[in-house]
Amino acid sequence: MSQARDGFLLQGIRRMGAVMLFLFQLSAQSIPALGRPRLIVHQVYNAGARSLIIIMLSGLFVGMVLGLQGFDLLQRFGSEEALGTAAALGLLKELGPVVTALLFAGRAGTALTSEIGLMRATDQLTAMEVMAVDPLRFVAAPRFLGGVIAMPLLAAVFSLIGLFGAQLIGVQLMGVDKGAFWSQMQGSVELRDVTEGIVKSFVFGITCSLIAVHEGYNAEPTAAGVGLATTRTVVASSVLTLLLDYVLTAEFL
Amino acid sequence: MVIDVRDVHFRVEQRAIFSGLNVQARRGRITAVMGPSGTGKTTLLRLITGQILASSGQVVVLGRDVAQASTAGIYALRKRMGMLFQNGALLTDLSVFENVAFPVREHTDLPEPLIRRLVLTKLQSVGLRGAADLMPTELSGGMGRRVALARAIVMDPEILIYDEPFVGLDPISLGVILRLIKQMNEALGITSVVVSHDVKELATIAHDSYLLSAGKVVASGSPQELARSDAEVVQQFMTGAADGPVKFHYPAPDYAQQLMSEAP
Repeated sequence: MSQARDGFLLQGIRRMGAVMLFLFQLSAQSIPALGRPRLIVHQVYNAGARSLIIIMLSGLFVGMVLGLQGFDLLQRFGSEEALGTAAALGLLKELGPVVTALLFAGRAGTALTSEIGLMRATDQLTAMEVMAVDPLRFVAAPRFLGGVIAMPLLAAVFSLIGLFGAQLIGVQLMGVDKGAFWSQMQGSVELRDVTEGIVKSFVFGITCSLIAVHEGYNAEPTAAGVGLATTRTVVASSVLTLLLDYVLTAEFL
Repeated sequence: MVIDVRDVHFRVEQRAIFSGLNVQARRGRITAVMGPSGTGKTTLLRLITGQILASSGQVVVLGRDVAQASTAGIYALRKRMGMLFQNGALLTDLSVFENVAFPVREHTDLPEPLIRRLVLTKLQSVGLRGAADLMPTELSGGMGRRVALARAIVMDPEILIYDEPFVGLDPISLGVILRLIKQMNEALGITSVVVSHDVKELATIAHDSYLLSAGKVVASGSPQELARSDAEVVQQFMTGAADGPVKFHYPAPDYAQQLMSEAP
């Protein structure tokens, strides 16, 4: 039992070390990759623009649920006017970055892992190495940077649509005063709340993109290997997002 | 000597892949490396291109010891080589034209009109100028390999390495690839190393050949010399006999005993 636990622990530490080492290599290759903005823009489009529909739909529904639950809760204390503040703080600081990261891991992260994993399985990465082109610079770094740039943008869209959803339910359906909804929000939300959301989504962007690219790059070059890597991307990204969210929230309080 | 593999030993975990391998490729000649599946032919190519390093022994390519070269040195060496992969390994998100242009764009600052001419010339030499705008998924296996060949020669390499270039090709495509290998060698003077187990095809183009078995060279010489060899393993390989020194059965416990025993 103790041996199994030690083995599991050792494996975890080794794995974390490998990811950190990969991050260093990736960071070193990201600097020359910045010199090719076209490649990065293409990856921002792939990871960002192609995730917009799912982000917008989810943002709308999360905002609507927030409107309903928030109204129900605040009504008990006779302060339904504070719905705007509650929705804005909830979305900007928490739900926007976290739910976006979870959706990103499921949609863009898996796409990144399987794409790079299949490139490995079909010798495309080896072919680049033999052509004296570092696949870390040409394949991994632009995808990593694309994800890091796309995540805060997606989180911003999520929060905006979410606010619209909360307003739709709170103001249009439940009858909260429109002026109170927006003015209370304007009066209570500070710049540091927005900053917290931006920092979180940036950190989640680095985490989710790093895991997705790392898993794909090191996937076993078989169908089962790529499948396993894709699953690991979703699991590791989701768990780490929630863990880091706690750490960052505690840090910002 | 363009490629000199001297007394190379290579192990993967406890399994010895090579134990004292010696292979040489001379300038401007086609060298065939043959052998049954699993003898490490592709591993030999990975050693030559510096993707893996030998446990002991020396791999000298274009006068440089691969094991002693830095990463930059290995990359500089690779710029002087071209490699044709078994499955083509074309970059699936780039068109045929862009695949061939890829190494040129990565390693040179040539102006676009010059790149265009260069790529079209190489595509013309493999007969696929008309397919320049197609995507790799739209190509047949033979066409894909020809595009990969155009990409391999676009930087005018001194060495061309072919990994199982005939696998899965129809007779026409196979004939085309065979002709192209010969043509590249004769017209451009490229030193070629062809790894394959297609004995008949190789015999028509190779100048020198090596037969690998159990991690060693068991026979070498011209394909004709190999065909005349009395060695049992060479004869088994050349005639395609199912059993011989290379056993049909993978090592296993006694057949009758295993059938009669209880399942574990």
